Amino acid sequence: MANADYETHEHDVIVIGAGGAGLRAAIEAAAQGVSVGLVCKSLLGKAHTVMAEGGIAAALGNVWPEDNWQVHFRDTMRGGKMLNNWRMAQLHAQEAPERVLELERWGALFDRTKDGRILQRDFGGHRYARLAHVGDRTGLEMIRTLQYHGIHQGIDVYMECTIARLLKDGERVSGAVGYWRPHGKVVLFKAKAIVLATGGIGKAWKITSNSWEYTGDGHALALWAGADLIDMEFVQFHPTGMVWPPSVRGILVTEGVRGDGGMLKNNQGERFMFNYIPEFFKGETADNEEEADRWYDDKRNNRRTPDLLPRDEVARAINAEMKAGRGSPHGGVYLDIASRRTADYIRKRLPSMYHQFKELAGVDITKEPMEVGPTCHYVMGGVRVDADSTAATVPGLFAAGEVAGGMHGSNRLGGNSLSDLLVFGRRAGLHAALYAKDFGGALTVDAGQVDAVARELVEPLARVGGENPYAIQADLQETMQSLVGLIRTERELEEALRKLEALKARAKRVRVEGGRTYNPGWHTALDLRSLLAVAECCALAALERKESRGGHTRDDHPYTDDQWGKVNVVLRLKNGTLQLSREPLPEMPGELRALFQERK
Amino acid sequence: MPTFTMRIFRGDTARGEFRDYRVEAEEGMVVLDVIHRVQATQAPDLAVRWNCKAGKCGSCSAEVDGRPRLMCMTRMELFSEREPVTVAPIRAFPLIRDLVTDVSFNFEKAKTIPPLRLKPPEPDGTYRMMQEDIDRIQEFHKCIECFLCQDVCHVIRDHEENKRAFAGPRVFIKVASLEMHPLDTRDRTEFVRATASVGLCNITKCCTEVCPEGIHITDNAIIPLKERMADSFDPIVWLLRKFRGQTTQPA
Amino acid sequence: MNGHAVSQARPPIAAAHLRKDTWWALPLAVVGVLTSFIVYSTWAALQNAHYFVAPYLSPFYSPCLSKSCLHLTLGRGLPEFTVPIIGVVSPALLILWGPALFRLTCYYYRKAYYRSFWLAPVACAVRDVKAGYTGETRFPLILQNFHRYAWYVAVVFIVFLTWDAILAFRFPDGFGIGVGTLVMWLNVILLAGYTFSCHSCRHICGGHVDVFSKSPTRYTLWHVISRLNERHPMYAWLSLGSVGLTDLYIRLVSMGVIRDLRLL
Ligand SMILES: Cc1cc2nc3c(=O)[nH]c(=O)nc-3n(C[C@H](O)[C@H](O)[C@H](O)COP(=O)(O)OP(=O)(O)OC[C@H]3O[C@@H](n4cnc5c(N)ncnc54)[C@H](O)[C@@H]3O)c2cc1C
Ligand code: SF4
Ligand code: SF4
Ligand code: FES
Ligand code: FES
Repeated sequence: MANADYETHEHDVIVIGAGGAGLRAAIEAAAQGVSVGLVCKSLLGKAHTVMAEGGIAAALGNVWPEDNWQVHFRDTMRGGKMLNNWRMAQLHAQEAPERVLELERWGALFDRTKDGRILQRDFGGHRYARLAHVGDRTGLEMIRTLQYHGIHQGIDVYMECTIARLLKDGERVSGAVGYWRPHGKVVLFKAKAIVLATGGIGKAWKITSNSWEYTGDGHALALWAGADLIDMEFVQFHPTGMVWPPSVRGILVTEGVRGDGGMLKNNQGERFMFNYIPEFFKGETADNEEEADRWYDDKRNNRRTPDLLPRDEVARAINAEMKAGRGSPHGGVYLDIASRRTADYIRKRLPSMYHQFKELAGVDITKEPMEVGPTCHYVMGGVRVDADSTAATVPGLFAAGEVAGGMHGSNRLGGNSLSDLLVFGRRAGLHAALYAKDFGGALTVDAGQVDAVARELVEPLARVGGENPYAIQADLQETMQSLVGLIRTERELEEALRKLEALKARAKRVRVEGGRTYNPGWHTALDLRSLLAVAECCALAALERKESRGGHTRDDHPYTDDQWGKVNVVLRLKNGTLQLSREPLPEMPGELRALFQERK
Repeated sequence: MPTFTMRIFRGDTARGEFRDYRVEAEEGMVVLDVIHRVQATQAPDLAVRWNCKAGKCGSCSAEVDGRPRLMCMTRMELFSEREPVTVAPIRAFPLIRDLVTDVSFNFEKAKTIPPLRLKPPEPDGTYRMMQEDIDRIQEFHKCIECFLCQDVCHVIRDHEENKRAFAGPRVFIKVASLEMHPLDTRDRTEFVRATASVGLCNITKCCTEVCPEGIHITDNAIIPLKERMADSFDPIVWLLRKFRGQTTQPA
Repeated sequence: MNGHAVSQARPPIAAAHLRKDTWWALPLAVVGVLTSFIVYSTWAALQNAHYFVAPYLSPFYSPCLSKSCLHLTLGRGLPEFTVPIIGVVSPALLILWGPALFRLTCYYYRKAYYRSFWLAPVACAVRDVKAGYTGETRFPLILQNFHRYAWYVAVVFIVFLTWDAILAFRFPDGFGIGVGTLVMWLNVILLAGYTFSCHSCRHICGGHVDVFSKSPTRYTLWHVISRLNERHPMYAWLSLGSVGLTDLYIRLVSMGVIRDLRLL
């Protein structure tokens, strides 16, 4: 029994990831009375969710009583260019309001309307002001609320612990192996059910709003365990990241700036978004500045400003302006809120943007425009799950949050992630707990599997000579940035795949200095495996999809193709090789389809 | 490009020393960028904690030239090239390695806080709160848990023995946010006095001075908590309460 | 639960601090200013002379209670208070305990003297000088929590001083305004600013309320006091200065060193 060699913890449900999705899952599972362990790579409360700014989308109808789940559902599907899993989009739109109100009952303090209800703000692609928010630090409010609610629910938290591999007992998952980042020792978790809530993959790009944690671990863990990934070609480049100074390039500028009145301008001072309104959104978008300006105060009689088109559209437009030489000095465009709103308004609504620009760029956004450009932000693709239960294709494995695929289709609307985390985090916790309760028989883990992982973990420490992990990571980011970025072509994608092969070979020779105690070089080396796996999945899927849709733009296939609108690109490992297939989307029932006909 | 001498603490609890690294810094760089540059080029195993690089997650706390700060929000322009810039781990907590410390003290203390106990909803089943009811506690909710306030607080920084009794400023703002929560029904004054030992704080305001979120920890949270505690033995307040028939439930 | 516990030891850094700035300047200045004030006010209080020149009364001697008092605050006045050996006790000593206690227990002054006199801590991230520390948990410092009673007293003093300032318009030849009148008014205003920006005041007047929207008056009051409270340290120093200087002004005029300029 080799297990005795490792520190071992046993739980009914193990949740990997302590962002919004993971915390919500753990809380729900604990409420079902099962024993829950929550594992995360960084300290509790530091997950990506803490960085979310703009808000949580939920059709509460507090500001616009016309709003309801059907409208939200329709916006979500249209934003995702109809590639979303309709059932997920439906559950999301229906359950989000209750999840938000629940947060409030757990102590969250959203900004208020005059009559004491939750205030909602405008965001791209949402027909009505729909985002519950707290200034521009909504994610912070959400994660703290969940964190402090969670610590009283009897959940065991394992922080700064990285899961390296899932374990399987036959077909189903039976546990996970990881290591403690502080002292580097291997730890074994046995579990009847596992929830993946590890977030995204954005660290594979150079210019990104994502942190070191976003190395696609959950995607890779699922893939390695035999689960399906879908939609991996769809990566969202947020239109507004900081571009200057160089060291902060990529840091996010919330869409809330535009929601609250910010306008995009080129170096001629022109509001260029009016030139980029796609056919698909013509009916609902203002085509002149006067109407767009009126829309902020009167949404009934005016169409929305094109500054708030879905993110993929805006990102492409900015890219085109920059290419045409109409960009700002540091390679971006201008985002101007100072000329529309008062300094007090800006400081009250966007305090952390104000602070961020002031401190990091020396720019006072109440007086000057910001310089912004696209930054890698979010991956729509992920683990293929059953909409109602979030079950992955491997028994006992569940996934929720950014790591799960399908909900957002080809493009995510701002604010739909935080609500996604709550709705599907809860469902994942619930169904994982139910699965664990139903679980018959004994829980066994294969000692051989554990030993193999443990050996693999320490290999980079033992090698001599070899490659620097930071250099490989930087080359990988460079490759993805230049070849699998916002605009893609077949030639470049093929080149990317060749380069990725070479990087994989280099990664096999990676060597780190120092020991196992909190050694970031070692952690970076280990994260390379998942980072390379997701990068390859993304490039492969992007090569496969020969059309442009949402977060996937092919210069050599610039149009949206209806045939491609009916399939997902699915990736899975079969006998150690990555296989790719096109599989049909689930069919939307008639009554929901009707929602798209009754257009005004 | 200016070149700085970074005097970085390296080592563990057994052995540790400050080591000098020469690093070039481009315009706009922050201390964390420079540390990362050292890591990528000269000391690959240099341990440092960070996540967001934008002052939002509170991971990158350290002491730069002796002052507790977020490394990601400290611009190199603040320093002179002529003198070394010292970067030390936050010193109030056990060291793990280099710039990383074990901050579990703070998570343990957080668990002791009596949680929200909700009022019954309005007759229509909803909860209402006005903006003016929450303005004051929204300030406390800005906390990013960087624990710089906990680090600088001399009560525990300079007197390890107080760690058992004293909860620290971060905990006080959390308690204050619950105490002043318009939907809460719990009375935490006894917790504040006995379990969290607010009496150990001598309101010298270092926590407020270092808070990167600019939260007025002392003025808006700790002193009001001390005042609420004083209410519990103020006969005038007691009489007024009796008179108005107010009741509170202890934690 | 976590895997940290690598050790319980802190970073092995011996230096008491690593600051490079002039962190000692501020506490030093505080020591200087507070010491000078204490010395001057004690001396002035012991004088029992030159505290009145019509129509001005030094704030150190207000309210003027004793029979020998030259001022008209309280009609007839109380009998002289004499102590064997010491003789006549300066009325200032009967008065000053009030404002003194108020300032002594003031949250802001506590910060100031804990830092600069107690050296706990002398500056942030600079090691405490003394090894042991019990804060305000024991006698006598636990009594600091009674600051609000000192505040009640201080409010009474504001009433007296305002009365004095009103009387400062009443010159022997009728209504008038002199530089001294302005000085006394400025002093009252600054003292009121200090007293009504007090943390206890902020709490008593509204800070204790949890649901502001249900108590609009107290909310407004709290809101206004909170604005003032942000400047409490400023009022603390300015009013300290103004009390001392008002006394000095009146003292010098009464001694005939300077002449009060009559403006109206
Ligand atoms: C700057 C920024 C602003 C944003 N603003 C908004 C917004 O306004 N509205 C909105 O809806 N969305 C927004 N988003 C997107 C949204 O915040 C994220 O998609 C969402 O928070 C992801 O949550 P999650 O729970 O899936 O994962 P995360 O919150 O990222 O949590 C991932 C967790 O998994 C853990 N983990 C990862 N790998 C491992 C491993 N191998 N072993 C153990 N643990 C692991 C991590 O430690 C972490 O705890 C924003 C994103 C960013 C970056
Ligand atoms: S004010 Fe109190 S809590 Fe804050 S640092 Fe000083 S002693 Fe610590
Ligand atoms: S109160 Fe301020 S200093 Fe303390 S942990 Fe929170 S953000 Fe950091
Ligand atoms: S890295 Fe997040 S606060 Fe510095
Ligand atoms: S007088 Fe300073 S706090 Fe009361």
